Amino acid sequence: MFRYTKLTLLREVGLWALALIFLAPFYFLVTTALKPDSEMYTTSPLAVPKSPDFSNFVDVLTATGNSNVVMGLVNSVIITTGSIIGLIALGSITGYVISRSTRRWSKGAYYLFLIAIILPGQLGAVPLYMGARAMGLTGSAWGLIVLYTGMLLPLSIFLYANFFRGLGTDYEEAATIDGASKTQIFSKVVLPMMAPATGTVTIFAGLIVWNDFFTSLIFLGGSANQTLPVAMYYYIGSLVSQWNSIFAIVIVSMIPILALFLFAQKRFIQGFSGGLKG
Amino acid sequence: MTATMQPKSEAAEVPRRGRRTPGAGQETRPRGRGLQFGHWWWALPGITLVIAIHYVATGIGGFFAFTNWTGIGAFEVTGWQNFEAIFKDPTKLGALSNTLFLAFGSVFLGNVAGLIIALGLNRVLKTRYILRTLFFMPVVLSPLATAYIWKYIFDFDGPINAFLMSIGAEDLAKPWLADPQWAIWTVLVVLVWGSTGFAMVIFMAGLAGVPVEVEEAAAIDGANLWQRFRNVTLPAIRPAVAIATTLGIVQGLRVFDPIMALTGGGPAGATETLATQVYKQAFALGNFGGGAALALVLAVIILFFAVIQQRLTRSNPED
Repeated sequence: MFRYTKLTLLREVGLWALALIFLAPFYFLVTTALKPDSEMYTTSPLAVPKSPDFSNFVDVLTATGNSNVVMGLVNSVIITTGSIIGLIALGSITGYVISRSTRRWSKGAYYLFLIAIILPGQLGAVPLYMGARAMGLTGSAWGLIVLYTGMLLPLSIFLYANFFRGLGTDYEEAATIDGASKTQIFSKVVLPMMAPATGTVTIFAGLIVWNDFFTSLIFLGGSANQTLPVAMYYYIGSLVSQWNSIFAIVIVSMIPILALFLFAQKRFIQGFSGGLKG
Repeated sequence: MTATMQPKSEAAEVPRRGRRTPGAGQETRPRGRGLQFGHWWWALPGITLVIAIHYVATGIGGFFAFTNWTGIGAFEVTGWQNFEAIFKDPTKLGALSNTLFLAFGSVFLGNVAGLIIALGLNRVLKTRYILRTLFFMPVVLSPLATAYIWKYIFDFDGPINAFLMSIGAEDLAKPWLADPQWAIWTVLVVLVWGSTGFAMVIFMAGLAGVPVEVEEAAAIDGANLWQRFRNVTLPAIRPAVAIATTLGIVQGLRVFDPIMALTGGGPAGATETLATQVYKQAFALGNFGGGAALALVLAVIILFFAVIQQRLTRSNPED
């Protein structure tokens, strides 16, 4: 019934045209970043660079102080990795227990996490900042790892709980009959099975933490341990419409995430569409 | 989106409970019956952390909304004064209406665009997976990076004006982001660009679940393209619509990064939102009480729409 007709070809061509318009910003991004200063003011913004060079990228990568992009990259990697590990460890075990328990409190706990997902962070931001400052968590990578883990834990628990609910208890029952303890069941039976949920949590939380600007701006503000978005924000704040330099730093900041996306795009997209449906 | 799995696990427990404990003795129930495959205290670290970071912090924030605290030293409880100040201040009222405009505008346009692309990519197309990847690309970029790219595109010396000049439409060229009338629309364009791919992916997943046979049957019965979409496809993807719009609205009401990078709230407060105002009041101006009051207004609005969306989802027999 639904076969490939001339109309389908037309649809395909039309969508490609739409995609090219949709992705036009990337064209401006790359061409502008490759233009030397001399070309910026003499050529049209629509034109390709006549003598492309990488001097803008060199400038960006050698900047120091609050605008240290390399330092920001390293900090972002540390903070994102740490938060993901925290979220997997705490999220999987909590999600497992509340989904396997039929006691009344587990349902309450489930809604506790659900409401926390939609609770807007801005209201808690100020007290959280005061609390974190009192505990010495501001300005350090450790502090942000703890904060991000706490902030994204409801989402992580929600994804894990829904995963375990759909999993069925057959393997765990078999293991119980074989005499495995609860700890053994979790570490030897459940842990290996939850890889798909872990993938979804990693993608979701990783993306949010990697791209987050608000939290790291507040909690790392003024310290030497900037994350990449904050370093980018300060760097660009020091430039006055030098778009070629600005775009060099934008490209540097998006290469890791875009590379990861193109490498694992199938998993990425499935994680987004499947993880939410529970 | 969540209540769906609940009955399933309970239904699985009920027959077993009846079988193993005939007579249903009260004493047997608490002993491991409810929790077979784990210790309850395993959940404690997670629950504690979430209560501390989400509930306690939010509660304290809610309390500060009724004080005149500046972040240092003593404070007084001032009752509803902060809220009265919000509703008397044109900047903050403007921020409120901008927030609602951007959230609903970006959800509506992003979802319509996402749905059209998803329908276009549905089935038969040979390159649908490559196209899907391309349309999804903006979603993974940081909102900050996205905002800088678009700031250049809307710059007075940027590509849009250069293009308008080249086709002889000089009159239409303007400093888009510095024009109080146009700035909010440019922000809307940026938000829609960043969210379309997300809606598309949710809709594609929803469309994949629509059985081909039903669509074929409708087509054989003589339903045209619009009728098929209206009466067959759309009802079947209602859960996807609910998820995409709920997340979009919650996301849109919090919008912060793109605005800080695009306009900083200007020109003359034309693109100020509640989130940027919260940041400015609380962290830049040291008006913690006022910032908290604004955040509380934002929280109430977000919860209001989230609850409405949940209701709409739950009444849906499809879900």
